Amino acid sequence: MRASIGVVAGALFIALFSVSSSARDTWPTPPATAVAPPQVSGPLQGGTADHTKFDQLKGPFSSGPEVTVACLGCHTEAGDHFMRNIHWTWSYTNEETGQQLGKRYLINNFCTNSRGNEGMCAQCHAGYGWKDENFDFTDETNIDCLVCHETTGTYYKTPNSDGNAACSVMFEGKPPIDLAAVARSVGLPQRANCGACHFNGGGGDNVKHGDLSTALKSPPRTLDVHMGVDGLNFACTACHVTNRHIWAGSRYQVISKDLEGTGKPGQRSDVATCESCHGLSPHPVDSLAGFKLNDHVQSIACQTCHIPEIARGGVATVVDWDWRTAGKTKDGEGYHEEGYIQGNGNHRYTYKSIKGNFTFDENFPPSYGWFDGQMLYTTIDTTFDPQAESIEINGFSGSREDPKSRIWPFKRMHTWQPYDKGNGTLVYTHLWGEDDAAYWGNYDMGKSIARGMADFGLPYSGEFGFIQTISWWPITHMVAPKEQALGCGDCHAPTGSRLASVEGVYMPGRDHNRWLDIIGTLLVAGTLGGILIHGLVRFFSPSHGPKGEQH
Amino acid sequence: MAIRRVKIFSLFERFWHWSQMLLIVTLLITGFGLHGFHDVFTFEEAVTLHTSAAFALLLLWIFSIFWLFTTRTWRHFIPSASGMWGVLRFYSYGIFKGERHPYRKAYWRKHNPLQAMAYLMLKIVLFPAIWITGLAYLFYFAWRDVPHATQWLTGVAMVHTAAAFMILAFVLIHVYMLTIGHSFRAHLMPMINGFDEVDLSPEEEAYLSKDQPGDIR
Repeated sequence: MRASIGVVAGALFIALFSVSSSARDTWPTPPATAVAPPQVSGPLQGGTADHTKFDQLKGPFSSGPEVTVACLGCHTEAGDHFMRNIHWTWSYTNEETGQQLGKRYLINNFCTNSRGNEGMCAQCHAGYGWKDENFDFTDETNIDCLVCHETTGTYYKTPNSDGNAACSVMFEGKPPIDLAAVARSVGLPQRANCGACHFNGGGGDNVKHGDLSTALKSPPRTLDVHMGVDGLNFACTACHVTNRHIWAGSRYQVISKDLEGTGKPGQRSDVATCESCHGLSPHPVDSLAGFKLNDHVQSIACQTCHIPEIARGGVATVVDWDWRTAGKTKDGEGYHEEGYIQGNGNHRYTYKSIKGNFTFDENFPPSYGWFDGQMLYTTIDTTFDPQAESIEINGFSGSREDPKSRIWPFKRMHTWQPYDKGNGTLVYTHLWGEDDAAYWGNYDMGKSIARGMADFGLPYSGEFGFIQTISWWPITHMVAPKEQALGCGDCHAPTGSRLASVEGVYMPGRDHNRWLDIIGTLLVAGTLGGILIHGLVRFFSPSHGPKGEQH
Repeated sequence: MAIRRVKIFSLFERFWHWSQMLLIVTLLITGFGLHGFHDVFTFEEAVTLHTSAAFALLLLWIFSIFWLFTTRTWRHFIPSASGMWGVLRFYSYGIFKGERHPYRKAYWRKHNPLQAMAYLMLKIVLFPAIWITGLAYLFYFAWRDVPHATQWLTGVAMVHTAAAFMILAFVLIHVYMLTIGHSFRAHLMPMINGFDEVDLSPEEEAYLSKDQPGDIR
């Protein structure tokens, strides 16, 4: 029958536009090689000098600064460049808010403050010997070139001051460093160099960030699609591109929405955004979903879909820290308890006398929110209501209405930490030291705060308490391969949506007008009911049957 | 006047009707899936099917509008109050008494007044409401930066959903109507083979018999 052609053609219409299933399983994984190729370090590649052949690096060297002198002998401008960057200054002034930021001044909700504790904390300063306010920031021989550039893996740092015996015991018995061998090994920074500090922020592996752990030293592609040794094998500097020892990518001023993309031909070398390599329409337009995903770039940070979980790769992160329980001792000695076995099988401490209780988590979904890149810090100078239920260490701003904002993933860190109950401020605690006020060894929080504040001429009411603090860590590392990225339904769902708490936008699938659904359902149900009644009355009426004829 | 079997639905009209039926059913199923009423499809599959079917339907409508105006068949849909009361009375009363349907198909009036009014409303109210809001919905990211875009989107989504509920109700009634009068099959056949019984004037009968003999039996 000719008319059936119509039906067939109609079906064809649909077939034409049928779902194009992106063949996710066939994504070409680069072939595994026995030995991973060298890490890719951004624009600078394939140097012209072999440092093992340099007479200047033959040694012997008796100290780190001696190596630095040798380095600066050839790299004449490196000292000047380096001393301007944040790894050296630990200081950053936010131009928009005027806030004095930087590690040197800030309070976090992990070990709380480096200020006054530099003897310990400045192990991660890219320099030698910062233990107190007398450190000379103008002496370029104090720069530690090796910590970033050595490639033997035998170099390490220890605290710059002795500290209390309760802690210093941790750093004893390490093998001596062959400085000359280390100096001759220098090259572009490897992941392990950056990771020595950045993987261990907050006092241990992945404690702070949640997306930076030792699992990234030699990650499989499934953990990080860029850094995977069986894939691209990027070093950190492949994205955190460097110009005169200034790195792209800042946590103090995040580019939440890159509007420039790749820029002019070749890679933009001043930003670490995803868009600077992937452009502003990163998804292949081979399906309708591809179109829609490219649209989503306007509202959703790449990280939101492409980093499905925090602390992947077997190393857990701390999500909750309770300083209230710190200071318990057994027979007058501090102790610690293991209470968590993480994905890679290692035990983690869930209690330490010097720090209190920790809660670990791994492979968990981030928190999400509109973010314009601007962090607002509660610093030592900020006063707040001492009765406040909780305060944000770094609140962030952003909204749907703001054109710079996108929905970003965050690690939320919750802590009970000491504060000045009388004045309503956070406090510097004096944790590390050889004196009897140092908390690590003496376990007297009041004394430690009094000293920590007095050392910097800060007011302290004398009465401390513990307050709940929240810090927010934008998640941007451990980018999963695309086949592991979130799907549409992870957010566009009536229940269990990843973005359930995100406000200011109507999301199909997530959002409904309750009344419209009720009225609509009643309309359809009423129609069916009406049909049923009409049909029944027809059926039971005295003269039913095929007489009514045409309608 | 004579009742004859006359071709009242051309091949294009039948193609239009059935492909429109398939597309609307697809749109209703995927649309209510997207709305969260069921999860037969993943969201991505539903979006792809829904959008593809919507584009196909818009294309079909472009052709059908062209067809309606070039063949003058749009005149079948001109609303008319004459005879409306009789039809309404029949469906709500007369049908139960076994009365005859009061309307006789004419060659230039193949829908009864109630049908003509219902289809016209569908064409000029419900369909535009759903395709205009649908396009606005689909291309939201092109206007997301206008002031109050979120509120506008909420409104667009509500109109779109409300229209979908009403179209679903229409479809249900439309199908039920096939059971009234002749058998379901007898009502269905004209839209398949094109022929139905029509009250022809002698002039129409003569014209068709002479000039379009294939269209009259």
